Amino acid sequence: MQTIVTLILFAPLVAAIIAGLFGRRIGDVASQSITTGGLLLACGLSWYVFSQWTWGHMEAFTVTLLPFIHIGDFISNWSIRIDALSAVMLIVVTTVSALVHIYSWGYMAEDDSKPRFFAYLSLFTFAMLSLVTAADFMQLFFGWEGVGLASYLLIGFWFKKPTASAAAIKAFVVNRVGDFGFALGIMTTYWAFGTIQFAELFPQIAANAGRTWEFVGHSWPLMDIACFLLFIGAMGKSAQFFLHTWLPDAMEGPTPVSALIHAATMVTAGVYMLCLLSPMFEYAPVAKNIVTVIGAVTALFAATVGLTQNDIKRVIAYSTCSQLGYMFFAAGIGAYQAAMFHLFTHAFFKALLFLGAGSVIHGMHHEQDMRKYGALAKLLPVTFIAMTIGTIAITGLGFPPLHLGFAGFYSKDTIIEAAFAAGGENSIAMFAFVIGLLVAGLTAFYSWRLAFFTFNGHARWGHGDHGHDAHAAEAHGDHAAHASDDHGHDDHGHGHDHKPHESPLIMLFPLAVLSIGAVLAGFVFVDYFVGHHEAEFWRGAIYNAPTNHVLHEAHEVPTWVKWAPLVASVLGLLGAFYVYIVKEGLGAKLAARNGPLYVFFYNKWFFDELYQATFVRFAKFLGDLFWKGGDQKIIDGFGPDGVSAASYEVGRRTGKLQTGYVYHYAFVMLLGVAGLLGFALFKFH
Amino acid sequence: MLAIAFYLLAFVTLAAGILVVSARNPVHSVLFLITAFFSAAGLFVLLGAEFLAMLLIVVYVGAVAVLFLFVVMMLDVDFEELRKGFAQYLPIGGLVAGVLTLEMIFVAATVATNGAAGKNASPMASPEGVSNTEAIGRVLYTDYAFFFQLAGLVLLVAMIGAIVLTLRHKPGVRRQNIADQVARSPKTGMELVQIKPGEGISE
Amino acid sequence: MIGLSHYLVVAAILFTIGVFGIFVNRKNIIVILMSIELILLAVNINLVSFSVYLHDVVGQIFAMFVLTVAAAEAAVGLAILVTFFRNRGDIAVDDASMMKG
Repeated sequence: MQTIVTLILFAPLVAAIIAGLFGRRIGDVASQSITTGGLLLACGLSWYVFSQWTWGHMEAFTVTLLPFIHIGDFISNWSIRIDALSAVMLIVVTTVSALVHIYSWGYMAEDDSKPRFFAYLSLFTFAMLSLVTAADFMQLFFGWEGVGLASYLLIGFWFKKPTASAAAIKAFVVNRVGDFGFALGIMTTYWAFGTIQFAELFPQIAANAGRTWEFVGHSWPLMDIACFLLFIGAMGKSAQFFLHTWLPDAMEGPTPVSALIHAATMVTAGVYMLCLLSPMFEYAPVAKNIVTVIGAVTALFAATVGLTQNDIKRVIAYSTCSQLGYMFFAAGIGAYQAAMFHLFTHAFFKALLFLGAGSVIHGMHHEQDMRKYGALAKLLPVTFIAMTIGTIAITGLGFPPLHLGFAGFYSKDTIIEAAFAAGGENSIAMFAFVIGLLVAGLTAFYSWRLAFFTFNGHARWGHGDHGHDAHAAEAHGDHAAHASDDHGHDDHGHGHDHKPHESPLIMLFPLAVLSIGAVLAGFVFVDYFVGHHEAEFWRGAIYNAPTNHVLHEAHEVPTWVKWAPLVASVLGLLGAFYVYIVKEGLGAKLAARNGPLYVFFYNKWFFDELYQATFVRFAKFLGDLFWKGGDQKIIDGFGPDGVSAASYEVGRRTGKLQTGYVYHYAFVMLLGVAGLLGFALFKFH
Repeated sequence: MLAIAFYLLAFVTLAAGILVVSARNPVHSVLFLITAFFSAAGLFVLLGAEFLAMLLIVVYVGAVAVLFLFVVMMLDVDFEELRKGFAQYLPIGGLVAGVLTLEMIFVAATVATNGAAGKNASPMASPEGVSNTEAIGRVLYTDYAFFFQLAGLVLLVAMIGAIVLTLRHKPGVRRQNIADQVARSPKTGMELVQIKPGEGISE
Repeated sequence: MIGLSHYLVVAAILFTIGVFGIFVNRKNIIVILMSIELILLAVNINLVSFSVYLHDVVGQIFAMFVLTVAAAEAAVGLAILVTFFRNRGDIAVDDASMMKG
């Protein structure tokens, strides 16, 4: 078993190294094959490990590979920790990654740098796997940074495009802000407990729960501080409210990247970390409340913005952001298992949606503006079916009495029920419940909006249709609002002169696999994650404080609570149906009115502008200050430039003594004589 | 008696020196220089070094000052402009000069009272019973013969240098080149040409 | 009573006058050369005075050599002056700064 897990981790790494360093020499096909093969191997082995865990009663274990840092008491090792959490993440990461690799054969077929792309994908997979199998904070942080790096490389894959490079930098910098909080959290933990190994750390926490820290005359609860700082890291990585600005811009990367990183894996690292650190969070009530609030607000924020976006990938990106909000507030109220379950199902249907969107984009010759879509159902049939399945999954359609439904039905409803259950004691959880219900409706609306806009209605592509309402709306009001949003990909769209076509088989195959997952993943695994077999499935990987019975109570909520999410989703579906199919064109007209709410949502609540005016300008000012003032004036001024200028000046002035006039020289000689004589007089007298 | 002579000669020397420097007309400057030389020679005589006094007059006045006079006369100089700018440098120059003088006087006084020269009671230009000239001659051609010859060389070099600097050949002046004249042979000096009768030579 | 110091003082003042003359006269090279002669004369007075009061005739020998060199130097200096005048047309030195550093 140890070799198997080592193989799971290192197969992608070796493949990445080979494709990355030798890609040019071995050629495109060889690079792609090696990386895809490595991932398929890792995927197969991961399912084996997971099946052993779930049905084979394997015990948790940790393989220590190499020492990493051994400084005094600060000990960190390269290790592979296998327990329920990491087993779940293993299959999520490797499955989606393998499918994305296969998909990219088709999607990136016309690209020149295929070896680089596949190498980056495998590199990312390795970093993510090392993150989820970490047994201490250092390896977790290593994986954390590694996925951030891979994200930067992949977002900026088409680096010649300025917007892509800028988006990559934005992603990395915003992540960095979160990472700073994360690092502070790790330091706090080490300072408080003297160890960063999870196995040693977690048993200590219950006893130290009430510890405080005296600072500026106030007692700060230690666990809350540590957990809050760690949560900041999660906020950055998972694009929660305040540190979310990078996620929409990350859509500058190729669609497979968005599917892998910004849907299924990297952005879920924050949720994973929170669940992993559940022993710590259970004793940090304030931090948990903060998590809940941020998660709920994120869900609402992203849903409202997603309502108004016109770029198909941006809608799905905001959808991801919103669903991550769900996962976070689930963790915040103590239902970590529900959060992990939603992570699991979400990976399937979100990856499915993204890859489906990629298929549409590919078929529409890289046109990403939904207002130029329409009536594609007949032309892209398989994609249409896959996207419909994905949309049903995300909106959580199902039948509560029979406990039967698509994937999202199980996971999302569990979260909402848990929120209600926790809301009995905690008003913040009740707040989260209300938000969760509202967002369920909004989610349904925008998801079906995307589906109807793209596949149904009238065709808005082709030569004749430019004078349509959608374009009229575009021409009118929101040019300024556009600037930061949709453009940049329009230069890809080489016109509507080609008819949209279905994608090749190699791209449809992953869609099919993911569709199966979206349909069945919830039904098959609900009992293991949050149902009756929950305790024996998790087996201590997730810790619930003795007072935390949220999951249990979630199953005993009143009937109306069980039906409420479904009702909200159906309302959203009907609303979207009305606006986009029955009264087609109504959406565009509403948008054209440019009401204040629309403008506010469309401009992402003006966060980019806010950050630009405050942080970016300040950082630039600081940078300029240090560069021009500090570096150029002071350091260069006193250093090389200053010294050379000074020596030049001194030389020039001294040169003036050589006037060329003999009588000046004679005078100086006279002065010299007088001086010497005077000196001799005083010395020898 | 000696004192009066000394003070008179000293005063004349110094006055002449000042006037050399400050005279408007360069010819006047040269004449004052000659005056200074003369009175200095007088001072030498007072000291008892009459050979040197005569030497001063013969060489300095008779040769150097006359040379100065020749040059001054030869150069056609505009006297008007010469005086401008004199006063500009007077203050600082005067200050430094004054300081220097004071220092030197101070040293002189010290040396005269405490130095070896102050120990001797009376001045003696030459040993007992020997005239000044003879005394100089005794030393010059024996101990310092080498330097004597060297001095002659110095003068030779100066002479050559002066000629080299100032000699100009006027263009177009015909001169004899003896070496060429002597080295001429029938081959280079003569040329036989066959001429037809009635025709001349055209060059 | 006239002693050594009197002669030395005379020589000192004469020396100073000569030096003063050099850097005061910018318009006239000839006066500069004459000032140099004054300096040398002052030195000669010094030498002779010391020779007499030290009862050593070497001082006078040295003074003779100084005289010789002064003559040579005057000759060459005047030759230079003549060339200078020929090149420039006047004998003012306050514009002669071609050796400027």
